[in-house]
Amino acid sequence: MTATLDAAVPLTGRRIPGSSVARAMAGNRKALAGLLILVFFVVLAAVPDWIAPGDPAASRYGRSLGASAHHLFGTTGFGQDVAAQVVHGTRPILLIAVLSGVFATLLSVLIGVSAAYLGGLWDDLLSLFTDVILVIPVLPLVVVIAGYFAHRSLTVMIAALVVTGWSYGARQLRAQALSLRGRDFLEAARVRGERRSYIIVVELLPNMTSLIIANFMNVALYSVLTASGLEFIGLGDTSSVDWGTMLYWAQNQAALQTDQYLWAAVPGLCIALLSTSFALLNNAFDEISNPALRPVRRLRG
Amino acid sequence: MKFVLRRLGFFLLTLWAALTINFAIPRLLPGSPITSLMARYHGRLQGAPLKAVEAELGVDNHDSLLTQYLTYLKNCARFDFGKSVQYFPESVSHQVGSALPWTLGLVGVTTVLAFVLGTGIGAVSAWRRGGRLDAVLPPVFVVATGLPYFWVAMMLILVFAVAHPWLPTAFGSDEGLTAGFNADFISSVLQHAILPSVTILISSIGVWVLIMRNSMVTTLAEDYVRMARAKGLPGRRIMWDYAARNAMLPSLTGFAICIGGVVSGAVLVEYVFAYPGVGYMLVQAVENEDFPMMQALFLLITVAVLLAVLLADIATAVLDPHTRTAR
Repeated sequence: MTATLDAAVPLTGRRIPGSSVARAMAGNRKALAGLLILVFFVVLAAVPDWIAPGDPAASRYGRSLGASAHHLFGTTGFGQDVAAQVVHGTRPILLIAVLSGVFATLLSVLIGVSAAYLGGLWDDLLSLFTDVILVIPVLPLVVVIAGYFAHRSLTVMIAALVVTGWSYGARQLRAQALSLRGRDFLEAARVRGERRSYIIVVELLPNMTSLIIANFMNVALYSVLTASGLEFIGLGDTSSVDWGTMLYWAQNQAALQTDQYLWAAVPGLCIALLSTSFALLNNAFDEISNPALRPVRRLRG
Repeated sequence: MKFVLRRLGFFLLTLWAALTINFAIPRLLPGSPITSLMARYHGRLQGAPLKAVEAELGVDNHDSLLTQYLTYLKNCARFDFGKSVQYFPESVSHQVGSALPWTLGLVGVTTVLAFVLGTGIGAVSAWRRGGRLDAVLPPVFVVATGLPYFWVAMMLILVFAVAHPWLPTAFGSDEGLTAGFNADFISSVLQHAILPSVTILISSIGVWVLIMRNSMVTTLAEDYVRMARAKGLPGRRIMWDYAARNAMLPSLTGFAICIGGVVSGAVLVEYVFAYPGVGYMLVQAVENEDFPMMQALFLLITVAVLLAVLLADIATAVLDPHTRTAR
């Protein structure tokens, strides 16, 4: 569908990069579901004080209350409102996901496309470097790095996630750039005498948009899971309000065994929902960049 | 053979990289084993005892960085990772050695099971593409890849141990049993392994299903599959011997890429279940600022993952005739 529409666009007007991506997404149910969940969390992250006013960390209520009209998900063992903490915890995790996603994706593009474009010895070295980083298990490495930082901040967390999270994307982008490299439209640009930087930025990258976005989603997914995992074992800032830290305290206070299961269930469900939304979007963009994976029903008709 | 040799070279290179990262981290980042040990003894450690401890921990360094590095490599080759801060004066390798069998049993067996099961489901799902099974399974497994391991673990505990006290929630076996080949101990170990291994299975299987399905979908469009159909071969034969065998190759590469993530998740699962493996030990080492232990465990987990990758490479060499001809 998309391909025929694109071909019908008059040659005089320059095609806006990403327009086909937007169109393909609107027709993909998985992408739509992922987007809806993401928008929900973005709203929570944007205006937490309107939704749940007051300091979520203050112990203002009775301890370990059950769910009620006043406390939608009950209160914690310290007398904080679980719902309010969940709402306020959205911003830090989204920030971690988006920032590490952006920086790691930039790094992937830089290294992956350079490897494909420079070729020869550079390609060998960069690919080898990518593969080495790729197979080293991330969490133990990040745990060791975080273990050495006495003062744990968002910056340290994001830096660790970026350093360890770029390699898979670099590998994929290199493969796609390699397969695009020999195409006629790039050859034409080269014959026209365009500079290499122009070819890469204006001709090559727009054609890799959906894979780049898929990679962003992948890093965001991985960052949400790794960051909350680290916070859960107490390697985050334990005085801050975020989902992983809530789970840390819930586990610390044996919430499951003492009938306060909402304290553990709700923040974990939020982590699962947010990462599912990134997983769905990642999957959808994978399908956009690789049409072979799309559902076949329409073809059989 | 050339392929296997090249992958062996990659294994050695990655091993060296991991060793070097491990060497660099404590020297680049703030925090040191001696300050944490000092805090533990409330600053009462001074003079000769301090010197002795420093020598034991290997931080009395006035040597050049190169000498330190060579000594470090030599010690690693002899599995000598110094003394643990947490269990001082026990050696790190002794502690780690006692945790290793637990993790190999739990994570090793479960990962192989998840890979085999997931790859099978992926192959069947692609084979029946467009069918009812294929409409339901992929979205379900996409969602499964988004589930945090540790949260799945907590929810399983909630349902199968707290709400219905069917299974144990923590530790590797019941207390008071003598470890060894006796029925009581083995059944207790198996019982304790059920929830952690189901957790790892649920959280990791989606990855293998999706990789296999996507690769199988591409393979099924190949001419040799059409040829097999034209010859009138039975469907089962085409599916496994023609399509799945070839579609497995990207799956094995995927295994090499994703195994690190699975092991990372397993670390957290062990922590939730207080399972006496290396993952739980790693978290405890961080909590107690036991730096020598942390580093040995990071190294051990990395080597285990690298060995798994090497095994996947060898499997690739067995399955793919391309790799056997010299390139």
